Amino acid sequence: MKDVKVLGTGCANCRATVRRIEEAARAKGVEIALTKVEDLPSIVAYGVMATPGVVVDGKVVHAGGVPRREAIESWLA
Amino acid sequence: MTAIASRSLARPKTFIVVAALAWIAAYRLLVPVSEAVVAALPVARESHLGSALQFFLYDTPKVLLLLTGVVFVMGLVNSYFTPERTRALLAGRVGVLGNAMAASLGVVTPFCSCSAVPLFIGFVQAGVPLGITFSFLIAAPMVNEVALALLLALFGWKIALLYLALGLAVAIVSGWTIGRLRMERHLEDWVRNLPRAHAIGATESMPLAERVGAGLAAVREIVGRVWPYVIAGIAIGAAIHGYVPEDFMAGLMGREAWWSVPAAVLIGVPMYANAAGIIPIVEALLAKGAALGTVLAFMMSVIALSLPEIVILRKVLKPRLIAVFAGVVATGILVVGYVFNAVL
Repeated sequence: MKDVKVLGTGCANCRATVRRIEEAARAKGVEIALTKVEDLPSIVAYGVMATPGVVVDGKVVHAGGVPRREAIESWLA
Repeated sequence: MTAIASRSLARPKTFIVVAALAWIAAYRLLVPVSEAVVAALPVARESHLGSALQFFLYDTPKVLLLLTGVVFVMGLVNSYFTPERTRALLAGRVGVLGNAMAASLGVVTPFCSCSAVPLFIGFVQAGVPLGITFSFLIAAPMVNEVALALLLALFGWKIALLYLALGLAVAIVSGWTIGRLRMERHLEDWVRNLPRAHAIGATESMPLAERVGAGLAAVREIVGRVWPYVIAGIAIGAAIHGYVPEDFMAGLMGREAWWSVPAAVLIGVPMYANAAGIIPIVEALLAKGAALGTVLAFMMSVIALSLPEIVILRKVLKPRLIAVFAGVVATGILVVGYVFNAVL
């Protein structure tokens, strides 16, 4: 099971990112534990300068803007 | 759109040339087509409704076309400037040249106001001085591609360039002033206690095809988000053009009314409209006798200073620094408004 975190203070793009990751995981049949990280000190601790950021298994894979579907699928593979 | 995107990946240069030619052709066709459409309508052109319709039918495609073009080019340019690289360029800079660099980088680095805070912290943590960080943070939202595209479409390149230059000037001077005031201790404690981070500029290079893809993605995302505001703004602007009498705004927002500039800024700050909705309305006001400086000041305060942004920044700045930030930027905008009303 993949541990996926979406970093962001709750803007529209962050919600879209969460939705897109959930859809991609469901479509691929991959089980994920998805958490939203919304408090600033924790977001900053990942060293991300643009939100939404995505962390997969402890590693920052994306920062800034809603990620593309192909990118999400490559993280879940 | 995906078909276009995948084709562009194979031959990015061809795509850019073909897209540019198609864009120019569409732009050239704009006036004759919109005039033909208005002429075919069963309304007299001199009537209120006629002149409102003509404004709407001509300006909507023109603005959307310019918006698409400018957003694509900016998306392409943005792909050369990541926040990480900008931060590495700015770390440890001092003096007004650092402010100028930060303001200019604010124009070309991709920025979304929702990540203003992580970016602010990332900069400060890596040793970018506070004043220089502010220059970036003021320029980035104020001089954005949507505002520039709309100014270009509705006011022409001279005003667009003027807005760019003045936006940069306000950002440079405000950031420099905040830097001189040495307000580092007015950052929230948790920010000051963060461990120092190293600024490393990302050096990976991106093939042109991917940059074109980034430009197209920007068009999809930005134009897809703002077009309803553009149309609503132009519709209101059209109504003003058609129905509000000439010189109606002269008394209210004209050059003689000295209080109009501060009033415009005071009204503008709490307003949170995006550039897309506000600029067509502002253009119509200008045509009805409002003074350019007043109008520019209004526009800048709506776009650069907004309550939601101040609320977000409150998480990292203590009240006094927030007040100084808003005060310094508002003063800069006021000066711009007065200077313009005096000179033009």
